[in-house]
Amino acid sequence: MTMIDTDADTAPDAVPAVLYRLTDVRRTYQQKGRIVKALTGVDLEIATGDFVTIQGPTGGGKSTLLQVLGALDKPTSGRVLLGDLDIAAASRGELESLRAREIGFVFQGFNLIPTLTAAENVDMALEPLSVPKAERAERVAEALGQVGLAERADHRPSELSGGQQQRVAIARAIVKRPRVLLADEPTGNLDESMRDEILSLLERLNADGLTLIAVTHDSAVARRARRRLRLAKGVVTDITR
Amino acid sequence: MYARYLRRELAGRKKQTVIVASGLAIAIALVMIVNSLAAGVRDAQAQALESVYGVGTDLTVTGAQAEPGEGTRGQQFDFDEDAGATDEEGTTSIEQSQLTTEMFRSTLDASVLDTVLAADGVEAATGTLSLTNTTFSGEVGQAPAESPTAEEGTAQAPPEGGAGGGGFGGGAFGLDSFTVMGIEPDAAAIGPLSSVTVTDGRALESADAGAAVAVIDASYATTAELAVGDTMEIAGEEFEVVGVVASTSEEADTAANAYIPLDVAQDLSGVGDVLSTVYVQASSSDGISAVQAEIEEALPDATVSSQSDLASTVSGSLSSASALITNLGTWLSVIVLAVALALAVLFTISGVSRRTREFGTLKAIGWSNGRVVGQVAGESVVQSLIGGAAGLVVGLLGIGIINIVSPTISTTAGTTAAAGPGGAAGGGPGGQAFGQAAAQTATEVVLQAPVTLWVVGAAIGLAIIGGLLAGAFGGWRAARLSPAEALRSVG
Repeated sequence: MTMIDTDADTAPDAVPAVLYRLTDVRRTYQQKGRIVKALTGVDLEIATGDFVTIQGPTGGGKSTLLQVLGALDKPTSGRVLLGDLDIAAASRGELESLRAREIGFVFQGFNLIPTLTAAENVDMALEPLSVPKAERAERVAEALGQVGLAERADHRPSELSGGQQQRVAIARAIVKRPRVLLADEPTGNLDESMRDEILSLLERLNADGLTLIAVTHDSAVARRARRRLRLAKGVVTDITR
Repeated sequence: MYARYLRRELAGRKKQTVIVASGLAIAIALVMIVNSLAAGVRDAQAQALESVYGVGTDLTVTGAQAEPGEGTRGQQFDFDEDAGATDEEGTTSIEQSQLTTEMFRSTLDASVLDTVLAADGVEAATGTLSLTNTTFSGEVGQAPAESPTAEEGTAQAPPEGGAGGGGFGGGAFGLDSFTVMGIEPDAAAIGPLSSVTVTDGRALESADAGAAVAVIDASYATTAELAVGDTMEIAGEEFEVVGVVASTSEEADTAANAYIPLDVAQDLSGVGDVLSTVYVQASSSDGISAVQAEIEEALPDATVSSQSDLASTVSGSLSSASALITNLGTWLSVIVLAVALALAVLFTISGVSRRTREFGTLKAIGWSNGRVVGQVAGESVVQSLIGGAAGLVVGLLGIGIINIVSPTISTTAGTTAAAGPGGAAGGGPGGQAFGQAAAQTATEVVLQAPVTLWVVGAAIGLAIIGGLLAGAFGGWRAARLSPAEALRSVG
């Protein structure tokens, strides 16, 4: 079991509440006939408003940890508190509600729906919420404006660059006004200029108070974070300097 | 958003949508056409039967079939020495008519009608006597004599057979026949004449009992060149033609060539107080089976036939068409439908597998399982409805083409007297052939394929069922998709 404490010198100026509290979290699953121990006892606290990156070798459990944090997967054992809710013990309906309202997700491959426009892709995130139609349109426009793609609302993903597609994905994640944005290799499929573009956007959102947790191989991304974690062989280590 | 996403997905997967919809369209069109044709064949069979048994006949009662030689006797024409008329050249013209019943079917005693009327559930009943009028006619010549020429003007006696004189001098003979049915003059609501219209003159009336009057079939009137007011010979007796009747179906003839009062038919044929067929109308369609059972018990020697039994008497192209539609048509449409449904299910499942990342993403951004399943199911149902609509159009088009072409098919209906192989015992030449004529009515019916609510409903229903089935399988597959696994598998 590994305990991670925040370094007082690198803590944000404000003293926010703890958003995530993980206690002895383990995750084991079967893949192609073999047992995979993705997480082997993770203890972790993430503060509200923090910008955390998780680095590590391939197969180290980074994506699994992100999925547990994102309520996409439940740990095999341990506790995962998001605020007051224990994700490990939550029902399927509670997890669906959590994902719909509290958690925004950004993927390496953008994962946009190719047959829908940028605005429609963003609108998909509001579908599970009971938002009136007029307000939905307003929020979609606002989210696209925040990521600088207001004029591309009617374009389909195939008509957008990689960077633009990732911005649409970020807009989709933030349109629901989540408490946390989880990003799995957000710049993995982008070239250098687009990477900087996305990073700047993420930093801006974080500066506005959005908690940001990103899995990344890219050290350039990790350097921009306030806190850096390393996950290898299912164990988390804080490598923030 | 639901409808928009659905529309975009189907448009984005045009090829799959077209394949699934086409498969269902073909299957549904086939089911429609087969069902419609089956209904058309049933109507045609009913029409064929109607020309023989009339409207409103639920059951018929007939005598038992007799084996050849079993009390049956072939026709025999006997001529006396001085029969016929002999002309100056010694050629003798002879003619004789006989009125006979069906050769290989027993008749019923007239009291059978009272027995039938007394049965529970019988609304009405009437009896008929089916006869055939056969006329043997010809000329017999006198062979030239070897003795000196006879004096002119002296009628020469026909030579005795084999004894001196000229012997048989050759001859020409012919047989002519037409069917005659003795009916109760006032029975118009049931029986063979319940489905005819009077095209000239009048129908038989109760006052015609015992009178030598006849009503003839319109087709027969044309071929025999008879009209109202003319006289015709039946069994050597003169009958006045008082009316001409035609079947309600343009292509069908009525059950007999001529109709005369029952008592007259019985007297003229010399068969006594008997009937060939009793036509029975039940009080309700639900009670037909019970009525049939009661009559069979009361008349164990008789044959009691229901509509479905009568339908089996329909032969010819119509019965072939019926067999084709029932066997090949039904099986073909079942197989094609099964293949179309399987295609729809497989494509839906395959689509869900290909969209693993998409559905995983939707679940990740907060879509509930039910919402995702609903999307998959909705896409399947719409795909199937497109196929259903196309199938409905193609099916209606196919039915329309059949109705435009309106194939005419021949059929015969009625009880068939079995013709014994060597001819009737003691009968003259050709005696056996005429026993069949009275029992069958040749009909040509136009095959139509009716469009019924059932056919349209079946088409729509199949489309919806197809969509729901495919949606259920696809939805189940989508529901089982764990977002973490889905994203992990493509991560």
